[in-house]
Amino acid sequence: MSQANSGILVVGLVQRGKLASSAYELLTAGRALADTLKEPLVAVVLGAKPADYAKDLIERGADKAFVIEHPSLENFNDELHTKAVAELVEKEKFGKVLIAASVAGKSLAGRLAVRLRAGLAADASEVYQNGTGLKARRMQFSGNIISEVQFASAVQIATVQPMTYPRSERQPGRSGETVAVAFDPGPARIEFVSFQAEETSEVDLGAAERIVSGGRGLGNADGFKIVRDLAHAIGAAIGASRAVVDSGWIPYRHQVGLTGRTVRPKLYVACGISGQIQHLAGMSSSGTIVAINTDPECPMMQLASVAVVGDVNELLPLITAEIKARRGTAAAA
Amino acid sequence: MALNIVVCVKNTPTTTNVSVDSCTGKIKSQGLLYAMNPYDEYAVEEAVRLKERVPGSTATALTVGPDSSESVVRDAVSRGCDGGVAVVGPEFDGDNSYAASFALAAAIKKLSAQSPVHLVLFGKNTNDGNSGMVGAETAAWLDWPSIVSVKKIDSIDDKSAVVWRMMEGGVDVLKVALPACLSTVKEINEPRLPSLKGKMAAKKAAIPKWRASDLNLKAEELGALAPALVSKCSAPPSRPAGMKVEGASSAEKAKKLVDILIERKLI
Repeated sequence: MSQANSGILVVGLVQRGKLASSAYELLTAGRALADTLKEPLVAVVLGAKPADYAKDLIERGADKAFVIEHPSLENFNDELHTKAVAELVEKEKFGKVLIAASVAGKSLAGRLAVRLRAGLAADASEVYQNGTGLKARRMQFSGNIISEVQFASAVQIATVQPMTYPRSERQPGRSGETVAVAFDPGPARIEFVSFQAEETSEVDLGAAERIVSGGRGLGNADGFKIVRDLAHAIGAAIGASRAVVDSGWIPYRHQVGLTGRTVRPKLYVACGISGQIQHLAGMSSSGTIVAINTDPECPMMQLASVAVVGDVNELLPLITAEIKARRGTAAAA
Repeated sequence: MALNIVVCVKNTPTTTNVSVDSCTGKIKSQGLLYAMNPYDEYAVEEAVRLKERVPGSTATALTVGPDSSESVVRDAVSRGCDGGVAVVGPEFDGDNSYAASFALAAAIKKLSAQSPVHLVLFGKNTNDGNSGMVGAETAAWLDWPSIVSVKKIDSIDDKSAVVWRMMEGGVDVLKVALPACLSTVKEINEPRLPSLKGKMAAKKAAIPKWRASDLNLKAEELGALAPALVSKCSAPPSRPAGMKVEGASSAEKAKKLVDILIERKLI
């Protein structure tokens, strides 16, 4: 009988010099599993120059960190990143692999599952232990169904939804072994041409702790100004319903819901959004949901933690002004 | 330089408002209506647009599912595909993306043996399983490159394509060697409705049905290809009841809301 696979691997992607902070969330999920299963929690960082992050991940809870450094890993390459992680898992015989459910993470997980003949739970909202194995909870049918996934394979992979677990804190001085891994990318069939960044002042929806989101109730494209004003006042990302994206009021990258992004902020302010099921599927796991709508009976107002009946066009500027006024008083006091 | 394009589609429930049978812990499928997964419409539209862009190209719809799935291939033909194939059988009735992608890959290999396939397109995800994994998994079985989250197919010939990938913080422009699998997002196009001519073609189209045995797939192998299984389904926990902010004026409501947000340390 061969020795069972063991160890929980957290995958950290370093793209253009920056580690995706979702890796810290994976460390929190992985630490709980590692303690229960009494298995090591191991991290791997991949990129052109990822080595600095190995120490960071050890300080945040990893027992050991592998570094796969290669110029071809500077930008996400579906094939090469898969090859690099697969070779590491095969060599070290890890049993469980946690990957962030980002665009890159999801592609990596799909290809990795096939290559390693591993079970995969996509977009997990919870990962926990089941005997010596893994179990994951995930949503289906626009969040109307929660399914429990269990595994029959030696290697078990889950992609974890961003913001599901808190980021692990840095424990300065925490130490662990760092191991450099040689990587030969071989011939590449995907060639990176360029990257065009979005406006840098914007907060990314997936990692946002606060989101202010606008819908039809804003009246027209100009109506988004008051959403932006409130978002800027409280350091929030800007979201939108499908209806207003389809109407061209705001670009698609702001769309929240099954057709757009799934988000899980601590605060979600829905402004003039009635709450189509596909939209709710993308945000119903948010901490506190504030809904502002003229229709108290609409699904979003029913779902809301705090519901305010009224016209967003009148209420939002008042709310923003009130927040600024309090800040002003607090600063003066 | 004409392209042979395959577009993968799935027949899924028209509603996501489904419930769980409390005895079996499975989704109640009785009485549900099925149609093309809405996210696949973008992939079908893109296949048809590429056909229009590159003269002489073909667009073939491909599905895997239970016997009733043939209708989704006809729908794709009504939207402009030249024809299609349905891989059907009871062993494909389920939402196991691992086995589905394996069967898709086997069917694509068979199509490629007839006439080399250059490009396989997928939707972002399905409206039932929601995993969004099948495109990358199919490519992995084929050992082809794959790109997900594609918002634009820029230049393309039969050797390579330049595509735009929507990432969290911006757009990657990538050049991919063909054959390849691409998973699309909604921003890629605006799907047209089926035309009358298309509907007529769909009615007349001969849709070959391939069984597992036609692809040399064995039911027990497909069964073993389920390294992850849904063990139980349930309804999501309901959220705690909310509160309503009352006030005589909008200004009062705004003040009260800000009080709550500060008190709960949300701002």
